[in-house]
Amino acid sequence: MGAQELEQSSLLIPEVKSRKKRRDVHAGDRRFFWTLRAVALLILAVLIAIAVQLFLVSLPAIRHFGVGFVFSTDWNPVRNRFGAAAFVYGTVVSSVLAIAIAFPISLGVALFLNELAPRRLASAVGFLVEMLAAIPSVVYGLWGLFVVAPWLRTVFEPMMIRYFGFIPLFQGPPYGVGMFTAGVVLAIMITPTISAISREIFRAVPLSHREAALALGATRWETIRLGVLNSSRLGILGAVILGLGRALGETMAVTMVIGNRKDIALSLFAPAQTMASLLANEYAEASDDLHLSALATVGFLLFLVSFLINSLARFLVWRVESRQKEGAPR
Amino acid sequence: MAQTSIILQTKRVNAYFGKVHAIQDVSLEFRSNTVTAMIGPSGCGKSTFIRTLNRMHEEVPGARVEGEVLLDGSNIYQPGVDPVSIRRRIGMVFQKANPFPSLSIFDNVAAGLKLAGFQRRTVLQEVVERSLRQAALWDEVKDKLKAPGTSLSGGQQQRLCIARALAVSPPVLLMDEPTSALDPISTAKIEELVMELKNEVTIVIVTHNMQQAARISDHTAFFLMGEMVECDLTSRIFTKPRDSRTENYITGRFG
Repeated sequence: MGAQELEQSSLLIPEVKSRKKRRDVHAGDRRFFWTLRAVALLILAVLIAIAVQLFLVSLPAIRHFGVGFVFSTDWNPVRNRFGAAAFVYGTVVSSVLAIAIAFPISLGVALFLNELAPRRLASAVGFLVEMLAAIPSVVYGLWGLFVVAPWLRTVFEPMMIRYFGFIPLFQGPPYGVGMFTAGVVLAIMITPTISAISREIFRAVPLSHREAALALGATRWETIRLGVLNSSRLGILGAVILGLGRALGETMAVTMVIGNRKDIALSLFAPAQTMASLLANEYAEASDDLHLSALATVGFLLFLVSFLINSLARFLVWRVESRQKEGAPR
Repeated sequence: MAQTSIILQTKRVNAYFGKVHAIQDVSLEFRSNTVTAMIGPSGCGKSTFIRTLNRMHEEVPGARVEGEVLLDGSNIYQPGVDPVSIRRRIGMVFQKANPFPSLSIFDNVAAGLKLAGFQRRTVLQEVVERSLRQAALWDEVKDKLKAPGTSLSGGQQQRLCIARALAVSPPVLLMDEPTSALDPISTAKIEELVMELKNEVTIVIVTHNMQQAARISDHTAFFLMGEMVECDLTSRIFTKPRDSRTENYITGRFG
């Protein structure tokens, strides 16, 4: 009881103080306040400026092609015909593939580090996993091109084609570079993101939930399922979406391993193209206004999708954390 | 009251957190269908002690237990005994109500049964209703069993946790300061419940509220600095304790 009262009163004090401060400000405080506010608003202004600028540049293409831009697979700069469907498809499929591979691995890593591994091992492995995020993406691209792609072409893809060739996704020749390789490289790149955020989510699960499960006679796995996973479903979804956001926008590594073919192929082993890799490939060479505008439209689409996905993820993670901190009913 | 059989017994139990010796040589007996209260100042080890009774203590990294705890005569710390099986026979209710937040009221109560392998819907329904009635919560929740457990009030959540613990019909129920986070009315309800429940289950309750111990328990054990100073009939502890430290504590001279 005493401790609780103390906590409440110490919570109240800073609020009272800050209100007082705002009323009888000193000049220095005011300057500080406005400087910080300006800096914060500047960030927002940059975001809005980028969105507006992209939209303005893409306006001619949007006027010219209308909604059909998103549905047409015809991208022909020579004939001035532009449609982004193949790149939208490439972006979505390569990202979903990356999530499908990275999600179970990341979840496993996060659970192992948080729930099972001894503390020293956990911090060492956790550090290494997070270091994966620090490797420049062009290095991933090189590695993908010289190590992953050849292995996939000579070992993995022929095997899949042989045994699962009846599924259209695994038909056709093994190229090495292509959608699947992009998915694999992306998966490795987003694993640190998903596992780091999942770990944070698991750490936010109160000990009392684990104890509730343990005291009911749950085994270790049941405790994780009942006391940890159950409470963090929404947060894990947020982590996945954040990883998805990263995969959608990743440019360099994907450009190097996806094969850059402006077409939709059913086979995952065929070369493809994403929105980001298209921009990286063509921006330097685009001279025609409509071509530039079409590229800007692709950029605008990518911006929009990434923005929405990231907002959704942040919202989910934020909601989980605030709810668990309160520990109160929803 | 009539003497009943000893269901739970500790023999020289010692508990450690790393190098800290939290509990020293505690030997106690708990008789069937009684309520035994553990009292003592904060940090005296009473919570640690009851966590040794269902092998929850060892879940804390670096924590270990020495000594014997006999449940129905067999040592739960014997090598080869699975702590999971012990926790299914000794239920526990915590200081802060901890229903599983993503589960409904029904699923919270059924959680232990499902862990024990019960699947049949009719069995689950029967047991959930019985447990909620035992916990005096049925009338308040029978129309919203599908609502999340966390949508209930604090006192209701604590009774939900009691129902959850009772669902697997444990012979012993441990309660670790179950009312310390509750208002007086909810507290009174839980106390009433404890006195009714002892007809079916043996209760060990930790409390730092001496009036509560006096109201609801048959036996009281006084803990001080990791030692069990004395244990006796509650009426005797609160009227003429043998140890002067107990007397000092219950008369409010410290703690």
